[in-house]
Amino acid sequence: MTAMQQVPFAACPACAVTPVVVEARAPLSSHLMLSLPTAHCAACISTVEAALLAVPGVRSARVNLTQKRVTVDAGADVTAGDLALVLERVGYEAHELDPGLLSSTETDRQGRELLMRLGVAFFAMMNIMLLSVAVWSGAEAATRDMFHWISATIAIPTVVFAGQPFFRSAWASLRVGRLGMDVPISLALILATSISLYETMHSGEKAYFDAAVMLSFFLLLGRYLDHRSRALARSAAEELTALEVPRAVVLVDGVEVQRPIAEVVAGDVVLVRPGGRMPVDGVVLGGQSEVDRGLLTGESLPVFAGPGTLVSAGEVNLTGPLTLRVTAAGRDSSLHRMAELVAVAERAKNRYTTLAERAARLYSPLVHILSFSAFGFWMWRTGGDLRFAINISAAVLIITCPCALGLAVPAVVTAASGRLFRKGVLIKNGTALERLAEVDTVVFDKTGTLTMGTPELMADDCPADLLAVAVALARGSSHPLAQALAAQPAAPAPVTDLREVPGYGVEGRLEGQAVRLGRAEWVGAQAVPVTATYLSFGGKTHAFRFTDQLRPGAEQAIAALLAQGKAIRLVSGDTAASVAAIAGRLGIADWVAGALPAEKAALVQALSDQGHRVLMVGDGLNDTAALTAAHVSISPASALDAARVASDIVLLGRDMSAIGDAARISRQATRRMVENFAIAAAYNVVAVPLALMGQATPLAAALAMSLSSITVTLNALRLR
Amino acid sequence: MQILAILIPASLILGGAGLAAFFWAMRTHQFDDPQGDASRILTPDWDDHPRP
Repeated sequence: MTAMQQVPFAACPACAVTPVVVEARAPLSSHLMLSLPTAHCAACISTVEAALLAVPGVRSARVNLTQKRVTVDAGADVTAGDLALVLERVGYEAHELDPGLLSSTETDRQGRELLMRLGVAFFAMMNIMLLSVAVWSGAEAATRDMFHWISATIAIPTVVFAGQPFFRSAWASLRVGRLGMDVPISLALILATSISLYETMHSGEKAYFDAAVMLSFFLLLGRYLDHRSRALARSAAEELTALEVPRAVVLVDGVEVQRPIAEVVAGDVVLVRPGGRMPVDGVVLGGQSEVDRGLLTGESLPVFAGPGTLVSAGEVNLTGPLTLRVTAAGRDSSLHRMAELVAVAERAKNRYTTLAERAARLYSPLVHILSFSAFGFWMWRTGGDLRFAINISAAVLIITCPCALGLAVPAVVTAASGRLFRKGVLIKNGTALERLAEVDTVVFDKTGTLTMGTPELMADDCPADLLAVAVALARGSSHPLAQALAAQPAAPAPVTDLREVPGYGVEGRLEGQAVRLGRAEWVGAQAVPVTATYLSFGGKTHAFRFTDQLRPGAEQAIAALLAQGKAIRLVSGDTAASVAAIAGRLGIADWVAGALPAEKAALVQALSDQGHRVLMVGDGLNDTAALTAAHVSISPASALDAARVASDIVLLGRDMSAIGDAARISRQATRRMVENFAIAAAYNVVAVPLALMGQATPLAAALAMSLSSITVTLNALRLR
Repeated sequence: MQILAILIPASLILGGAGLAAFFWAMRTHQFDDPQGDASRILTPDWDDHPRP
C-alpha cells in the first residue's frame, strides 16, 4: 500500500531549525503568494481579488480555492506584508508565502502522470466493456474472436502503460525479498492479459481483458486519491514554512553588515533590533531591553536583559536595541542543541503499522496460496490440463485482487482529510488520522497553544484617573503589555515628555509630576506574582495585572475532548500562578508548571509507557521533543518551524475548536476503513469459492470488482 | 454484421477524441483549481463583457 511510502516533509525536525542560507532576490516585478485559510466561497474569490486589484501596483490576482491561496503579480514595491494587511481589512486571514519554497513541480508531474494513466485506463475500460457486453450476451465464433482481438489490441498497450506504477513497485519489493500488495496485483494483470491473449489466439470462450483493464483503472484511482491527498497536505505544509530569512546584523568596525547566520562565528558582535529574534547565543554588551523567551521555555513573562545578561538563540528582543557578543552560533547554539534533542526522539519513535498495512500483510500471502493451490488442485484433478489450471488461478487472482483494499483506505483518507481541510485542519502525515483515533490522553502546552501569547488586562477596580495616565504612557511603547494597556477604551491623560527607557518602561510628566509605567523596582512598587506592569503617579502606585488571552475555540476544543472521554493535561514552562489561572479558566484539573523541554518529553513518554495513547498539542521549541515523543501531535500554524515539522497535524487558522472535530472525524474514518475491509472481505467470501470451483465467468469477475469498488467508495463518502 | 465495420471504428474514434480532450485539458491546467472554478461561475463579475 502506498501509505508506506511517506513523502518526507523535511529530513528531520532538526533540519527545519538549522538555518538554511537563502539567496536574497531583488526582482523588478514580484510574484507573490499568500495563503488564505478562511476562503471558502464564490464571494470570497470576488472580495479578495477585488481588494487586491485595488492596491496600486498590483497587476493581477488570482485565487486558487482548492489550495486556499492567492497568486499576485505586482510591481517590485508591493510586499506580501502590505497585501496581507489589505486582506485582513476585508476580513480574511492571510499569511505570506515564499513562492520559491513551493517546489511542487515534482509532485505535480507525478500527479499528472497518474491522471494520464487513469484517463487511458478509463478509455480502454469503456471500449472493452462495450465489446465484452456483446460477447457476454452471446456473440459466437468469428464475431466473438473479432471482438476479443479488438479488445486485445486496446488492452495490451493499456495494461503496459497504465500498469507501470504497479509493476515498478512490485519489482522494487521483490528485489528486497518482500511480497507487497503490488506483487499479486502485477501478477494478476500480467496473467490475465497473457492468458486472455492465448485464449483469443485459440478461439477460446473466456477472455479477461475487461477485468485486467478495470483492475488497473480502479487501483489507479485509489493510488491517485492517495497521491492527491498527500500532495495537498505537502503543498500546504510547505507554504507554512515561514519567510523569515535567517540573517544576522553583524557590526564590523561599527558598520552594520547583513550576514547569513551560518557565517557568524563566536566573538562577533551582533545587533538585534526591537522585535527581532536572537540569531545566536550571546552575552549582552550594550543596550537594555526585555526579552520574550516564550517559544523556548514557555514563560509568558518577558525577562529583563542588560549588559552581562546571557541570551539564547530564538528569544525575541522586545523593547530596546541590544548588541551581543556571540558565544555560540550555528551548530553550537542552544537552539540547535534543542533541535538535536528532537532528532533523537524522532529516531526512537516506533514505526506505526496502519490498518491497511496489517490488512495487506494478511492478504498478500493468502492470495498467493489460494491461487497456487487452485492451480495445483486443478492440475491434479484434470490430469495435467495446464490451460484450464492457469485459467482458474488467473480467475482467483483477478477476483481476490484488492480493488476494494486499494481503494478503501485512500477513499476514506481523502474524504476525511478533505473535510478537515475545510475546517482548517491539515493532516500532514498519512497515518495521523488512524493514530488520532486511538488517543485517550491529550497534553496541551499553554503559551501560544491554549493562549495566543498576547496579554489581556485583567479586570480590576483601577481608578479611572490612574488608568487614563497608564493608557497615555503605554502609547509610548511597543512592549506587548503596554500595547494591551493602550488598547483599553479610556481617554488618555495629557502626559507630556514621553520617553521610553529600554528594559525598564516609559516615563513622562503630568501636571508637573513625573509619572512612570514599567518594571516594579523601577517605579518603586511592590511586585505581584503574576504578569503585571506597574504605574507610579503622585506617590501612588498601581499594578496592572495581565492574563494570557485564550486562543479562540480553546474552550470548545477542551469541552469536545472531555465529552469524548479523553483525559486532559496542561504542561507548561511558565510560572505556577499563570498556569493555574489558565487551567482554572478551562477547567483542567491536571496541570504542571515550570516544565523544562526534556521534562515535557519525559512526561509524555511516561504516559505512553503506562499504555496511554497521547496527543500532544504544542507550538514552541520547548514542545518539539514532546511533540515527537507523543503518539500523535498537533501544532497551530503560528508555531515555530521545528514544532510544525515535528507534528502530524497543523491547525491552519487561529481557531482551536477544530481539534474536537479532528478527533471525532478520525474515529469515524477509522470505523469506515474497517467497514470497507469488511465489505471487501464479504465480496471475496462469495466470489472466491466460485473462482476456485472454476465457475467464475469474466462477467462475474467484472461484477464483483466494480460492485465492491463502488460500495467502498460510497461508504467512504458517508463520512460527515 | 457489416454495420460493425462502421460502428466499432466510430466508437473507438469517439472514445479516442474524449481521451485527447482529456489530455488537452490536463496539459492546459484545467484541473488545478476545481473548487474555485465551480464557484467562479456563480459570481456576477465579468458577466457583461469578458475579462480584459
